[in-house]
Amino acid sequence: MTQKYDAIVIGAGHNGLTCAAYLARAGRKVLVLERRYLIGGATVTEEIYPGFKYTVCSYVVSLLRPEVMRELELAKHGLQIHPISSIFMANHDGPPLITWPDEAKTREEIKKFSPRDADMAPKFAAAMYEMAFAVKPILGLVPPDLSAPNLRDLATLREFGKHLKGLGKDTFHTLYKVMTMSSEDFLSEFFETDIVRAGYALSSVIGTFLGPKSPGTAYVLLHHFMGDLDGAYSAWGAQLGGTGRVAEAIASAARSHGAEIRVDAPVAQVIVKNGTAVGVALENGDEIHAETVVSGCDPKVTLRKLVEEKELPADLVARIDKFKYRGSSGKLNLALDGIPKFNGMTDPSLLKGSLPIAPSMDFLEQAYDDAKYGAFSKRPVMEIEMPSMIDPTMAPPDKHVMSIFVQYCSYDMPEYGDRDQQREAFGNAVIDTLAEHCPNIEDIMLHKQVLTPWDLEQQIGLTEGNIFHGELTLDQLFFFRPAAGYADYRTPIRNYWQCGSGTHPGGGIMAMPGRLAAREILGGRF
Amino acid sequence: MTRVTPFHSRTSALCEGSRWEEWAGFLAATSYDLDFTLEYDAVRWGCALFDVSPLFKYDVRGPDAKALLQRVVVRNLAQSTPGRVYYTTWCDDKGMVMDDGAVFHLAEDHFRMSTTIPNLYWLQDNAVGFDVRIEDVSEQIAGIALQGPTSRDLLKRMTKNADLDRLPYFHCAGAELAGAPALISRTGYTGDLGYEIFVEPQHAESVWDAVMELRNAYKLRPAGLLALNEARLEAGLLQIDADFTSASQTSFDVQKASPFELGLDWMVDLDGDFFVGRDALRKEKQAGSSRWTTVGIELDVRVIEKFYREYGMPLHLPERAWVGPVPIYSDEAQRHHIGRGTSGTWSRLLKKYIAIARVEPRFGKLGTRFFIEEMVEARAYSIPAAVVKMPFFDPPRKKSLGA
Repeated sequence: MTQKYDAIVIGAGHNGLTCAAYLARAGRKVLVLERRYLIGGATVTEEIYPGFKYTVCSYVVSLLRPEVMRELELAKHGLQIHPISSIFMANHDGPPLITWPDEAKTREEIKKFSPRDADMAPKFAAAMYEMAFAVKPILGLVPPDLSAPNLRDLATLREFGKHLKGLGKDTFHTLYKVMTMSSEDFLSEFFETDIVRAGYALSSVIGTFLGPKSPGTAYVLLHHFMGDLDGAYSAWGAQLGGTGRVAEAIASAARSHGAEIRVDAPVAQVIVKNGTAVGVALENGDEIHAETVVSGCDPKVTLRKLVEEKELPADLVARIDKFKYRGSSGKLNLALDGIPKFNGMTDPSLLKGSLPIAPSMDFLEQAYDDAKYGAFSKRPVMEIEMPSMIDPTMAPPDKHVMSIFVQYCSYDMPEYGDRDQQREAFGNAVIDTLAEHCPNIEDIMLHKQVLTPWDLEQQIGLTEGNIFHGELTLDQLFFFRPAAGYADYRTPIRNYWQCGSGTHPGGGIMAMPGRLAAREILGGRF
Repeated sequence: MTRVTPFHSRTSALCEGSRWEEWAGFLAATSYDLDFTLEYDAVRWGCALFDVSPLFKYDVRGPDAKALLQRVVVRNLAQSTPGRVYYTTWCDDKGMVMDDGAVFHLAEDHFRMSTTIPNLYWLQDNAVGFDVRIEDVSEQIAGIALQGPTSRDLLKRMTKNADLDRLPYFHCAGAELAGAPALISRTGYTGDLGYEIFVEPQHAESVWDAVMELRNAYKLRPAGLLALNEARLEAGLLQIDADFTSASQTSFDVQKASPFELGLDWMVDLDGDFFVGRDALRKEKQAGSSRWTTVGIELDVRVIEKFYREYGMPLHLPERAWVGPVPIYSDEAQRHHIGRGTSGTWSRLLKKYIAIARVEPRFGKLGTRFFIEEMVEARAYSIPAAVVKMPFFDPPRKKSLGA
């Protein structure tokens, strides 16, 4: 049986769906093929335990580009993001650090730790705003090829150079620091209090197998500041119904333009003839032909699994094999029979916000130290959200779901035994650490789902469990993502394209790789 | 939760319209009466009582206290003696204004700075190598302002140990007020005779009550921010976030302004001791590179009236002070943009439509005429305006001593 499409997109993650939606919008006949029984990839909401909907992997939204929301009319298709209302940061013994979107309120909270840091918080926010402003244009650029720039690459570089020149000296200096420093050093230039530094440092290591003392982490911090909700930089929000609804909204937009999305349809291979992709072969033996094949999978799957080695130049093979994945984070999702009680939390409405556990810089670095030789952190760093607090339909009445992003956890931890034993030991370390700050957690826990990086690879297809399709370090960004000379969404195989988070501008629910790839496929125009 | 000031039990009982706004994280009454003009009238005909507790206050003590303040602010404090108060701005290294406020010289080695935005880190950063102790006393001091022609007489009735008749403009003195130790300062934000009174929070309510007991005798009214804004405009006093943006709160040069660009040349002593931003300001002065100057302007209401008449309507004037920016052009056809109106109001007292404007320096001379945009029935019109003397209203009682 053969069928004919203009374009086939492999993988119904948010970037694959985005790319498909843009292609369909441009009039292409598009087919999206998803290996799993449901769409979303790592942008997925699943009812793992009856009655409880888990935001299995990704759990908050900030980076999703407003132009994608507008162009695909995502609100019409169900996108509804509620801003995170507060951050409640557990402390070791002392009082928690609470921050709000309101500057004056946050000031009062930080003042309890340091009046100076209270003054510095808006300065820091302003500096990051400036940095985000400085680098943000990069997000919308197709990375130029520096080794052999064509006319468009030169034009891109000139535009960007002009932008950088307009930034002014101070901004440029700060930018240089952000690009090179460790987050600990960078944050120490602003803040004197440990817990305040730690509050910011958490996002500098998320998805990255580095500690806050590692150079390069200041950039990861900035990456998390680049999102904007309604013009407010670095604002994070929660999608009603979990992040799976973001994927569904994009899918709905794609379908409205005529795209077809097929689940339970694992692709075995991209069919390449004379260096040109002509379709895909499914695992069930079906072949589907198309003029264009796009992979939303990560670079390893896209270039090392779906096509044969002989189709690729050796230097690219070597580069992709060396691309750093080394997933650093795991995920726990809990079904709860009641309200968790955090030490020092007097206002239960704080449960609607973010609940990080990273009480000190040393706690963060120690967690990294524990894990970096192939283990998990004995006392892991966590970022906790309670989606059912924002959207009650996520759990039965008076019951709740808790999403726990955990760092660090290695891909393979043989000292703990087989994969099941590794998972159990990791899950226990998380619950034990959480119980130090939330003593009733085990009493109200009805079910827990534990995902190590290995589980993320097995279930979602993320190589080594890296949530960003490869680390967000400078050597793997912009014209190096995923490889020099192949950062423009093309591959060495004609008509075979890449559009996943392993391409520029990288991971997080941003949808920009999908959009930019579609624009390239369509010849630079939508 | 938004915080409340030490006077809240009193102000909330009086705030009939429950009209509040946020001021530096505190609830501040927008107006107590639904008609704020009565509160404005109190400033000019009787006495208005404002809760000014949300101001930030920092104490600087030690042998180098004066040297540190001298380093931070643009005013020359060399001749300062205890009891003096200075209105001043302070700048970043590039000579761009970060904030404005008052410096109180309380004792030989003791200064206090009151500011509109947080400045602790800035004082600390500049104090490296200075023998000083800096303390944020914002919450240890509650403040009220008594502003208006009867304020002195009212205050005299309740004050011990201070000769208010002899307290000159921009001077302060310790006193006993309704049994509480207080700092009385002949300052304010209204351009009228007036005082600011600082007490410890535990005395706040009793001091407020003592003042209010005299309300009928001295035509006193508690007044909110709307009234304050009308009065400060007539007094030609700048307001942060309206007439200028703090250089510490914007990343963009185009939004910053130097003291010269804010029309505060009189304040800056380029020949005195070093202060942060001095070198940049010297350069600006020498090169004549100021991008703007800030002036008072008066709009020609006859022209506004004419435009309304085109719609068969009578003249309509702003009911309260506005905050811009509103574009200003050198020509009626709006081809040449030369600046902005930053705030303005119909002065009930002067019967004039006044505004503060930031315009290119060549348009800053008294009498210069240009055009400011004004909306009439959703259409933009060019209204002739002229540079006039600021303060717009400057009564002798503001500075005069008592009988």
